[in-house]
Amino acid sequence: MSIGHTLLGLLETGPRHGYDLKRAFDERFGHDRPLHYGQVYSTMSRLLKNGLVVVDGVEPGGGPERKRYAITDAGITDVARWLATPEKPEPYLQSTLYTKVVLALLTGRGAAELLDTQRAEHLRLMRELTRRKKDGDLADQLICDHALFHLEADLRWLELTAARLDRLAAEVRR
Amino acid sequence: MTTEPLLRATGLTKAYGATPALSGADFALRAGEVVAVMGPSGSGKSTLLHCLAGIVRPDAGTLAYDGRDLTALSDTARSALRRTDFGFVFQFGQLVPELSCAENVALPLRLNGEKRKAAEARAVEWLARLEVDDTADKRPGEISGGQGQRVAVARALVTAPRVIFADEPTGALDSLNGERVMRLLTEASRDTGAAVVLVTHEARVAAWSDREVVVRDGSVRDTEWAA
Amino acid sequence: MTPSTWGRDLTLGARFALTGGRSGLLRTLLTAAGVGFGVALLLLASSLPSMLFQREVREAARAADAAHEIEAPRPDTFLHYTQHSSYRGTALSGLLLKPEGPKAPTPPGTAGMPAEGEMLVSPALGRLLDSPDGALLKERLPYEVAGTIGEAGLIGPNELRYVAHAGFLTTDNYDGRAERYGWSVPEEPMNAFLLLLVVIAYVVLLLPVLVFIATAARFGGEQRDRRLAALRLVGADNGTTRRIAAGESLAGALLGLVVGAGLFLVSRQFAGAVEIWDVNAFPSDVVPHAALALLVLAVVPVASVVVTLFALRGVAIEPLGVVRAATPRRRRLWWRVLILAAGAALLAPTVGGIRMEDTAIDTVAIGGGTVLVLVGLTGLLPWLVEAVVKRLRGGPVSWQLAVRRLQLSSGTAARAVSGIVVAAAGAIALQMLFQAMERDFTSLTGHDTTRAQLQTSLDARDGDEARRTIDRLASVDGVTRVIGTTDAHVFRPGPLREGEDFAPITQLSVGDCASLREYAVLPSCADGDVFVALPPKGATDAPDATWIEQTARPGAEVALRDPDRRGTVPTWRIPADARKVEARRDPAGLHRYGLLATTGSLDVRQLDDPSAEVMVRFDPASPDAPELVRNAALAIDPTATVRGLSDTEQSSRFLSVRTGILVGSTLTMLLVAASLLVATLEQLRDRKRLLSSLVAFGTRRTTLSWSVLWQTAVPIGVGLALAVAGGIGLGSVLLAMTGQRVQDWWVFLPVVGVGAGLIAAVTLLSLPLLWRLMRADGLRTE
Repeated sequence: MSIGHTLLGLLETGPRHGYDLKRAFDERFGHDRPLHYGQVYSTMSRLLKNGLVVVDGVEPGGGPERKRYAITDAGITDVARWLATPEKPEPYLQSTLYTKVVLALLTGRGAAELLDTQRAEHLRLMRELTRRKKDGDLADQLICDHALFHLEADLRWLELTAARLDRLAAEVRR
Repeated sequence: MTTEPLLRATGLTKAYGATPALSGADFALRAGEVVAVMGPSGSGKSTLLHCLAGIVRPDAGTLAYDGRDLTALSDTARSALRRTDFGFVFQFGQLVPELSCAENVALPLRLNGEKRKAAEARAVEWLARLEVDDTADKRPGEISGGQGQRVAVARALVTAPRVIFADEPTGALDSLNGERVMRLLTEASRDTGAAVVLVTHEARVAAWSDREVVVRDGSVRDTEWAA
Repeated sequence: MTPSTWGRDLTLGARFALTGGRSGLLRTLLTAAGVGFGVALLLLASSLPSMLFQREVREAARAADAAHEIEAPRPDTFLHYTQHSSYRGTALSGLLLKPEGPKAPTPPGTAGMPAEGEMLVSPALGRLLDSPDGALLKERLPYEVAGTIGEAGLIGPNELRYVAHAGFLTTDNYDGRAERYGWSVPEEPMNAFLLLLVVIAYVVLLLPVLVFIATAARFGGEQRDRRLAALRLVGADNGTTRRIAAGESLAGALLGLVVGAGLFLVSRQFAGAVEIWDVNAFPSDVVPHAALALLVLAVVPVASVVVTLFALRGVAIEPLGVVRAATPRRRRLWWRVLILAAGAALLAPTVGGIRMEDTAIDTVAIGGGTVLVLVGLTGLLPWLVEAVVKRLRGGPVSWQLAVRRLQLSSGTAARAVSGIVVAAAGAIALQMLFQAMERDFTSLTGHDTTRAQLQTSLDARDGDEARRTIDRLASVDGVTRVIGTTDAHVFRPGPLREGEDFAPITQLSVGDCASLREYAVLPSCADGDVFVALPPKGATDAPDATWIEQTARPGAEVALRDPDRRGTVPTWRIPADARKVEARRDPAGLHRYGLLATTGSLDVRQLDDPSAEVMVRFDPASPDAPELVRNAALAIDPTATVRGLSDTEQSSRFLSVRTGILVGSTLTMLLVAASLLVATLEQLRDRKRLLSSLVAFGTRRTTLSWSVLWQTAVPIGVGLALAVAGGIGLGSVLLAMTGQRVQDWWVFLPVVGVGAGLIAAVTLLSLPLLWRLMRADGLRTE
């Protein structure tokens, strides 16, 4: 999961202070692993350096948490590219995919397309595995099958999420 | 994508009574390719297949097969086309319970007017190819589900069709048997150059295809042709 | 197994049948409808004897009592004359009355004697006369309609009948003089042949109904199987499950009894409105025979339980489904043949043992033997169908589909067809009996309708009037040919000789050559010729030649009046060149004999008490010609009788037996067709998915339609073949019993025709469902 893209995506809904960003992230995505302030600052400084965000203003009192960040056009493009690029299908992808879906909903992008793209990517890999399995020996077959079953589970999750997009959107925007 | 597809549908619409099953579906199938039609149940997958195969006449939309307008053909002409150019595999209940497996496979050939002896000889060859030659003289009730589906695949392929329509062909089978059916179906269709329209809701089955389209709420997302 | 467990399980089954969801209820209703139909038919059949008897009772009650002769008129006597006629093919009867005093009684169903020249009519006749259709009949009946005849005076609500006050009745043209109405109710026992017919007819008609009820109790069998399996899953043991199944059938059967009783009550109301083969009865006359009705009430529920248990014997009901023995038990031949043999053994001793005069026959042996033979044939059917079907192969796809299906489960088809076997075999046997008996009962008339179609004989005052009568009938529209002679008697002149009670007498017919040729074989004929017609040897309806020749000899003189009577006796000399010729049967089948004189040889005005003998033929293009002839004849003489000539004419008793059988076998065949249809439809519905998938890969409608046809045709065909063989065999034995020979080996053709009709009807009626199922909807699983 890319924290940088996630924070960028959160900024797309409007400029935020550093502490505000951390709270928003924790609320939506960091249920079991809240961000450290250090992570926020190092990420933000990297984004600043790459010109994806700018400092919008500083509240009196100093300290990095007092800085207000805003996303740049380059930052928006970067978020869009990230969302549109399917993740490499691999086990335990859900948290990343979930983050992407929520961000897409938050930023008004097409979450369904995102899921479809991901699903096509999953199937592409499954097709490849199927092909490899067909030509391989028993060991290959068993290994491929393991991957296939996991990917299938992911795909089912994708389908289920797609079927529940409306409800998720309502909850995210609340 | 330069060649004209073998089967092309645009804007297919079909309703059963007040229930819309398809609302503007687009689809294209090139010769020899295996396309998976996926989507949640009730999305209109089967209706799409029935329309594409000329079993059901769509309410609206165009449907061209090999340069012919399928929607304009009479019922008789569509039946004849299905006999000669299409093959079918369904989930279950497609084999005539009284006929032996060989006779079941020979049935489409005989419907095309072939002599019984010749038809049954070809049927036995196909049964062997699908690794169920031992079922030739048995009746469908006496063989396993997996064997039955392979007999059904043999029956779909025996007329050397250009398109095979398979509607959840592994829906009633366990993983291993399902896989065997899919392997044999795709291999045999590739060997004969038949295109396959494979309706399924299972990703592992769809993974045997060359590409997939998704039906959602009666419309089709064809990631390749929509572009 | 205690009775209480039986009771509990049967009740449970009955509850399932009524509350088991829509499909269960539908099945129960179907069974109830089928059983009800059968029960209604049984009740109607058991009412038939009383119905026919009631008709006779009514007929007897309204006839004038002619039991003893009344010599002189009295205030309470009347003259009567009964007319039987027909109008456009429908029978018509009338009673002409002439009261001889104020106290003369009026016939049943009338309020009072109509005034002279008036008549009372039955409601049906009244309607006919008021309609344009009755115009011709109105001309024929020269009486004013003055009222209606009530139910008491009619044998059926649709009867055409009139009671007229006819002033012209005299003791010369009457039937008799009477003082009251009502013969004693006829108890003329049926003769042995008719009794045999009735016994066989009942067996033949009622067995298929029982078979049908047995089939109906199994309607919806496959669906029920699934429910039974579910019962096993929740822990019912095998016996319990079977009893529950029997309970379900029982519920249907009991409901069927109620439906049947209802149907019967409704249909008897229609007894008056419907007319089958001239039978038409008052609803109140349609009363089932009490013992038979009770038997039906008892047998139907018991049969439903027994049949269900019997049908389930080859079936293992397992918790996960119903398993029919993988290789169905081989059908054994021996017990089937044994039943047949037992039947034959019962019938054998009676062969040649029945005589026409007998009025009692061994009902038990013959009825029982016939039942056993027919049941044996039915039992033989499944075996035969299986044996035949096993050998069928090859042929087109539709044939293959049908044959394979039959090979796998021919039992269902055979069960449905077994009704046909009984009905057809029985009908064939009956037909053979009929054919043979028709000779005894009817062929005596020997009418030749190719020569003449109507015959009448009208008295005339003199030869001129007779001549005019013939001319008048000849001039009726549509009459194409007239055979007309003026007939009288001639006597040997001179006093009686020793040993004679009266003077030798013979007939004289005067007419043209064409008419005379109808009476005798004339080598040549010219006006002026005279012939002496002598009956051929062995003719039983004419005196022998020596008697005739005592009077009629060439050159002899004959008296034209009875010389015994006072006054002058005109005489006529037979020309010496008169030729002897052989008499032939006239179109009415009788031998004419005596003198045949052409019109130029004799002046008919000399004849004493002559009559005009007329027979006519019509132009087939003028259907009303017979009515016009009748009108003309009745206008000349209101008591004239015009007889329609027909090739056969049965004794009325024979007719009523035959009528009953025809009515019954028609309904029976309908029943069989209905149960076949239900079986076919059910089977089609069960294979909805398969049909759709067959359509998907391009199976033609015609292929599947033909397959349905074959599937019906093969078992029915085998069944009919068996029925033809069995029926002819049974018929031959029954004929041998009465010492008669088979008249016509082809009597089975109409029955086979009916069978073919059934095949066509069942196929045609199942096509709409087949075509509906062949739409792709069956493929939808979503």
